Amino acid sequence: MTNLKLELKEKIIEQLNLEEFTVADIADDDALFGDGLGLDSIDALELIVMLDKDYGIQLTDPKEGKEIFKSIAILADYISDKRAK
Amino acid sequence: MDVAITGMGIISAIGHSMEENKASLLAAKNGIGTLKHIQTKHSELIKVGEISFSNSELTNHLQLPENHNYTRTGLLGLFAAKAALVNANITNIQEYKTGFISATTVGGMDMTELYIKQFATNPEVQKYIHTHHAGDSTQKIADALRITEFVTTISTACSSSANAIMLGARLIKSGKLDRVVVGGTDALSKFTINGFKTLMIQSDELCAPFDAHRKGLNLGEAAAYLVLESKEVVLKEKKEVLAFLSGYGNANDAFHQTASSENGEGAFLAMQKALRTAKLNPEQIDYINAHGTATPNNDLSESIALQRVFGRNIPDFSSTKAFTGHTLAAAGVVEAVFSIVSLQEQTVFPNLNFSAVIPETGLKPVTSVIKKELQHVLSNSFGFGGNCSTLIFSKA
Amino acid sequence: MKKVFIHSAVCISAQYTFDTEEFLNDIIELSGETASAQYPNYRDYIAPSASRRMATAVKMGVSAASKALEKANLNQPDAIITGTGMGCIEDTEKFLNSIIINDEAFLTPTSFIQSTHNTIGAQIALGIKCKAYNSTYAHAALSFESALLDAQMQLQHEESNHILVGGVEELGKEIINSVRMMEDANFDGIQVPFGEGASFFVLSSEAKENAIQLVDMEVCSSASEEIIHKKLILFLERNSIIASEIDVLIGGRNGDVFDGYYDAIATLFKIAPELCYKHLSGEFYTASAFGLWTACQLLRHQNIPEDLIYKGRVKPEIKTILLYNQFKGRDHSFILLKL
Repeated sequence: MTNLKLELKEKIIEQLNLEEFTVADIADDDALFGDGLGLDSIDALELIVMLDKDYGIQLTDPKEGKEIFKSIAILADYISDKRAK
Repeated sequence: MDVAITGMGIISAIGHSMEENKASLLAAKNGIGTLKHIQTKHSELIKVGEISFSNSELTNHLQLPENHNYTRTGLLGLFAAKAALVNANITNIQEYKTGFISATTVGGMDMTELYIKQFATNPEVQKYIHTHHAGDSTQKIADALRITEFVTTISTACSSSANAIMLGARLIKSGKLDRVVVGGTDALSKFTINGFKTLMIQSDELCAPFDAHRKGLNLGEAAAYLVLESKEVVLKEKKEVLAFLSGYGNANDAFHQTASSENGEGAFLAMQKALRTAKLNPEQIDYINAHGTATPNNDLSESIALQRVFGRNIPDFSSTKAFTGHTLAAAGVVEAVFSIVSLQEQTVFPNLNFSAVIPETGLKPVTSVIKKELQHVLSNSFGFGGNCSTLIFSKA
Repeated sequence: MKKVFIHSAVCISAQYTFDTEEFLNDIIELSGETASAQYPNYRDYIAPSASRRMATAVKMGVSAASKALEKANLNQPDAIITGTGMGCIEDTEKFLNSIIINDEAFLTPTSFIQSTHNTIGAQIALGIKCKAYNSTYAHAALSFESALLDAQMQLQHEESNHILVGGVEELGKEIINSVRMMEDANFDGIQVPFGEGASFFVLSSEAKENAIQLVDMEVCSSASEEIIHKKLILFLERNSIIASEIDVLIGGRNGDVFDGYYDAIATLFKIAPELCYKHLSGEFYTASAFGLWTACQLLRHQNIPEDLIYKGRVKPEIKTILLYNQFKGRDHSFILLKL
């Protein structure tokens, strides 16, 4: 696992208070929203703040999050590409 | 048995009195602008419906002692409640069994957020420790109005004051009270400004309810109260009735903490309940004052609920939140006042800033001030926690 | 008008009141400034995906409500009505502190959306997909009583048949310290710790065997001791009860100077023992819900734990209970129960 993907898994578990999950429980390609991890629109907003605070990436339209947060793999790619921190 | 409304008082971004509010509505003049009274990093990024009076101006108007511990929520509330009693020609409040039901979400937060870090050390601000809770402004207003028996506060987010009106009506119908002052108050606060910012549903422009390109809401502040009286008191005192509250309903969306369900289930159920208690068919509603916050979620969800209730024949509708901003707990009663003014003036008020219909539903609100025959007006208020309330007002 | 009965009563408090069928057998002596509740195992009542966002009040409320429904054999109530004085103060303080500490930057929504007073009632409804009437009262020490009154009215007028009613409070971390500080600045302030808890009841218009009847209740925002005394006389008269028929009087004494109100009405009851409970529950705006739970247990168990007795001798049979509560000379309430 790359450092970024591991880091993201840890952050998501902490930020979203997913107490019953460990890093090992989240596969890189697991769906984060809907049927996968079961995250919802509020979690998306939390992740948008995380993107800004920890990686310097600002999303102004919450709808953009839908594509970016599809899975850890997709999110990691997006961040590697765009990060300012 | 319909419950009579015999008095109203209001203070909002479009006026410090009933007359001023009415004039603004008839002139399609909104009160949305840049934030002045609160220090926040976001002031350039949002537009708000702020009341122009400062707290000291309100203190002067209300002739309160300088060392009072009213929060802004309390000041606005007292201002509007006093006006309501004057409007209802009530000089001796204790002549009849009178209750007071207020509503708020902000409570004393406007002061708490300023002083919480000084509570331990600065005696001058310690008077705001006990004003944080939602019941404080209600207690202060009740004491000032000399209402001593049934007094309570409802806090169900944006449907709060609609629920207060509903409870008041039920208390009169059950004979427990002869008369009740009902409504709500919420001041702007850094807490709510930041809160709505985190939800990314606040617009940096004038909000556009039911518009295809709507970007979000404008927050507002306001206070308003109605005086509800029983038939007996109205007859005995030969009171002028402004309008009747003929129907009401509350239901829960039970879908999500903040988002409304796709098919607007809670809204649909609330409207159905209101029509049922009013013993009216959907076709008999002449105008709807919608919740219409201009958020992507609410306006779509509410539109679908309207379609489910009214089918193809959706009555004229508009959201007046583009006039006042979303006044949170006060929204229900502010829009009740506007619905009653609608009936009195036989006029429908415009849904400002509208240009294109929501593609999923194609519903077009009223966009200018229109005089038309109005018998029954329906008003919606939906809050966080899926709390959906509908009120129906009928011409006196 | 239909009668009103209590079908179940569940309580989370600073005592062992939730996970046991016993009634205050093992008393925890409270001391200090605040007393946290004995929390249940939330996983028994709330899915982790929901509880991850919930603060104490919401978790306590959802758990107590769930158990109250279960005990009453009720899947869906016709209404959910909650009372809470300070609301979701933990998340309120959390969000406010993040605004202050981060200077309004990088704020996240969860604590904001969970901070509205009606989150408790909303999460209860969400958990059981209940679309019925749902309201939250936040009026200091009349929060729970307002919820009860609303329920009473609906049941009496047949708007509903079964209603879930509760009173909830959480301590929070910051404002409560300021409140304590102000209270302790005077020698005649509240003498018990500030507490927290959640008590939920299923009220119904259906009579059941051995059901406890909520005969009547009355509230009053502010009044002098004299007026309260007079009001109580009228209240009893209206319900065709004479003072000697009251078997137990339960008062919300907390040791402060306003306890004089309890002395003022106690003069009416020469025979009934007077109980008090806030030294067991702590004082908080909805502590009177603990009082109501206690009354229900008394009627069911027909015995009075010693620690509850303020003064007087226990009667052999407990059938009629009067509860009286007030806070700082206001928010007065009478509740009359009958077996």
